[in-house]
Amino acid sequence: MKSSTVFLAGALAAFSPFAFSSNASAQVADSLTIYNAQHEGLTKEWAEAFTEETGIVVTIRNGSDMEFANQIVQEGANSPADVFLTENSPAMALVDGKGLFEPVEKTTLEQVPEQFRPSNGHWIGVAARSTVFAYDKTKLSEDKLPKSMLDLAKPEWKGRWAASPSGADFQAIVGALLQLKGKDETSAWLTGMKENFAAYRGNSVAMKAVNAGQTEGALIYHYYYFGDQAKTGENSSNVSLHYFRHQDPGAFVSISGGGILASSQHKPQAQAFLKWLTGKDGQAVLRDGTSFEYAVGRGEASNKALVPLDALQAPKVEPSTLNNADVTDMMTAAGLL
Amino acid sequence: MRGTFVLAVVIALLALLPLGFVFWATAVTGWETASQLIFRPRVGELMTNTLLLVLFTVPLAILLATSLAWLTERSDLPFARVWSALCVAPLAIPAFVHSYAWIGLWPGFHGLPVGIAISVTAYFPFLYLPISAALRLLDPALEDQAASLGLSDKAVFRRVVLPQLRLSILGGGLLVGLHLLSEYGLYAMIRFDTFTTAIVDQFQSTYNGVAANMLALVLVSCCLVLLGLDAGLRGSRRYARIGSGVARGARKTSLGRLRYVCMLLPLAAIAFALGIPAVTLTHWLIAGGSNIWRMDEIGLALGQTLIICVVGGIATTLAALPVAWLSVRRPSRGSRIIEGCYYLASSMPGVVVALALVTITVRVALPLYQTVATIVLAYVIMFLPRALISLRSSIAQVPAELEQAAASLGRSPVNALWSTTVRLAAPGAAAAVALSSLGIMNELTATQMLAPNGTRTLAMAFWALTSEIDYAGAAPYALLMVLFSLPMTALLHHQSKKIAGR
Repeated sequence: MKSSTVFLAGALAAFSPFAFSSNASAQVADSLTIYNAQHEGLTKEWAEAFTEETGIVVTIRNGSDMEFANQIVQEGANSPADVFLTENSPAMALVDGKGLFEPVEKTTLEQVPEQFRPSNGHWIGVAARSTVFAYDKTKLSEDKLPKSMLDLAKPEWKGRWAASPSGADFQAIVGALLQLKGKDETSAWLTGMKENFAAYRGNSVAMKAVNAGQTEGALIYHYYYFGDQAKTGENSSNVSLHYFRHQDPGAFVSISGGGILASSQHKPQAQAFLKWLTGKDGQAVLRDGTSFEYAVGRGEASNKALVPLDALQAPKVEPSTLNNADVTDMMTAAGLL
Repeated sequence: MRGTFVLAVVIALLALLPLGFVFWATAVTGWETASQLIFRPRVGELMTNTLLLVLFTVPLAILLATSLAWLTERSDLPFARVWSALCVAPLAIPAFVHSYAWIGLWPGFHGLPVGIAISVTAYFPFLYLPISAALRLLDPALEDQAASLGLSDKAVFRRVVLPQLRLSILGGGLLVGLHLLSEYGLYAMIRFDTFTTAIVDQFQSTYNGVAANMLALVLVSCCLVLLGLDAGLRGSRRYARIGSGVARGARKTSLGRLRYVCMLLPLAAIAFALGIPAVTLTHWLIAGGSNIWRMDEIGLALGQTLIICVVGGIATTLAALPVAWLSVRRPSRGSRIIEGCYYLASSMPGVVVALALVTITVRVALPLYQTVATIVLAYVIMFLPRALISLRSSIAQVPAELEQAAASLGRSPVNALWSTTVRLAAPGAAAAVALSSLGIMNELTATQMLAPNGTRTLAMAFWALTSEIDYAGAAPYALLMVLFSLPMTALLHHQSKKIAGR
């Protein structure tokens, strides 16, 4: 009998997120709802540390970049979200384009160098990731690697590489390509890609496939490799990373963004969160945690295992004008979506 | 009675929202854009994949299920009862856990052949259940007559037994076909693209964008074609035994020396359907050790799942009650049409239901947006027939005279219904709650798209972890889903015998 009462109490406690779902934030003063497209583990780590320090309770809804961006646009003034965190910039650009962001406080903006945030200050970079070609080192020697990401659309790469085209990560890379090379060249590249590549769902799954010898390489971001190496290395022991460098589209560094919704009822808490996130404590989570994403805070170091951000020779891409709607349209037209 | 009818109609209209949404979305999009998004090579690829999947899986599953059913019901196969229970048990394993298990053993597996193999393994019990129940209940007198007219055993099976299994095969086949069309996790994990996986991809890239809606239109059309095929093939032949008395039990065919050889078939089916998940789960549970049992997270997910299951199950059963009562007590053309609407509505894939409800709530019913009410409505739409079947058969067993007697003693109609039929039909209602809960527990796509902020069910947690290839971390969630599904599956097994005996 007793155990069943305890169980019931536990079950009711578990139910509370439902009961308080969408308008909870209006009732509980010190709370924050995040639409989180970043990795669940990373944001959870951030949120828990933030709650411990400030007492502000954080509710997280997990999803992906463009899903949330479009969702926020539809929700408009009624969005239950206070803060939006992404893995890449295009989703931020979309929401900002609709005028739905509250400007970030100046002192917070100053914590991050200019190249990691849009000039209008409507949102801010909170982390960064680099494009890499993760390849099977038992099959490819360094001289056989593609010189440029553009080479991957050439016939000699037919059936030899993988990517996760439905992911926001890959779509951000295509967005950068579009900004750097224009519509025609991007379309042609996507058509070549459709011929050549194998689709996987998720970058980690694509890397696992490289490691297992199912494909020779995968166009993904850098941190999947380091994350796996830090654990058991079972999905990356045969894998090595190739950085394209030389301002190649494939050397694109993508900025993960954080923004505050203009419709938020908890703007002070949301501002406090972004300030904390881009400050010493938030960035330390990137350096010391298991995410292996680059820190972007002024004077904040990234994890020692990583190739330094300034050694990557990334092309100059304006994050606030990355256009994902064009990208998904072009990818849909190329039959990738 | 009028009130009940109106209520049933209102529920039917709610249930048809997703279907209406798809046609509305197409109309709004305009034919030019729509045809550009529908008639493109990618849709062709998806159509080929989906068609091939259905065309291979359904016949193979029918063949396997019929053979197993015949062996366990009509032959002297050793341990037939054990095999029979084991053939139903795979239903306790969510489809995406099946493919998780397969790629745990063979990481490189992907594409159509693997899709077919896993689908047959995961879904044959849907056919085995009705076919074995029908075989058990066939009147052997017909077979005796056929034999007395000089037909060989084989000819008797082909000309007398098989035709009588037609309805079970069609019904089960339809169910399997609809599952193939609407399943996401199973195919996403083995990199096999169907309309459902493509819609989810589009949803993740564009939320409820036009391209997603148009893919939904094609998917819904496929479902309608399946429903039409089923209705067309059903025919109007009657299968019921008439005349007094009870049919005697069927005689069992002696397998003779092949008795033990024949055990290889159920053995192989079970090895794939239960053995592979058992091996992989055990492997990951051992490899993960105690680290993967993060009890606070697992407990929270379990609590939320159980609550959403119970609330959804009860709501589904309540929603099924009006039409269940009507179809037994006041059967009419109207009640049959309403019933048909529920079946039609529930054949919509979860991803379409979610797409529709997301758009409707965010645009015109904002207070319901991201609330428990909306996700419960989705579950009602998807699982109502499960509740309906259980309720109907148990209401049918309560004599209508009790209700009339209660009414003649001065009780109001509602009170009379409550104090007689509803109470006596309670076991059926409990079964209805359990069966819909089983569906809710293993539902992934709609739950992910509709759940209130902060929700994390077992299925959602499992999926999030496997997406980050943390297969060991996902194992406890898979184990819990299986453990909690087992009793409900046992109930389903029991129920199927009862329904077939109606």
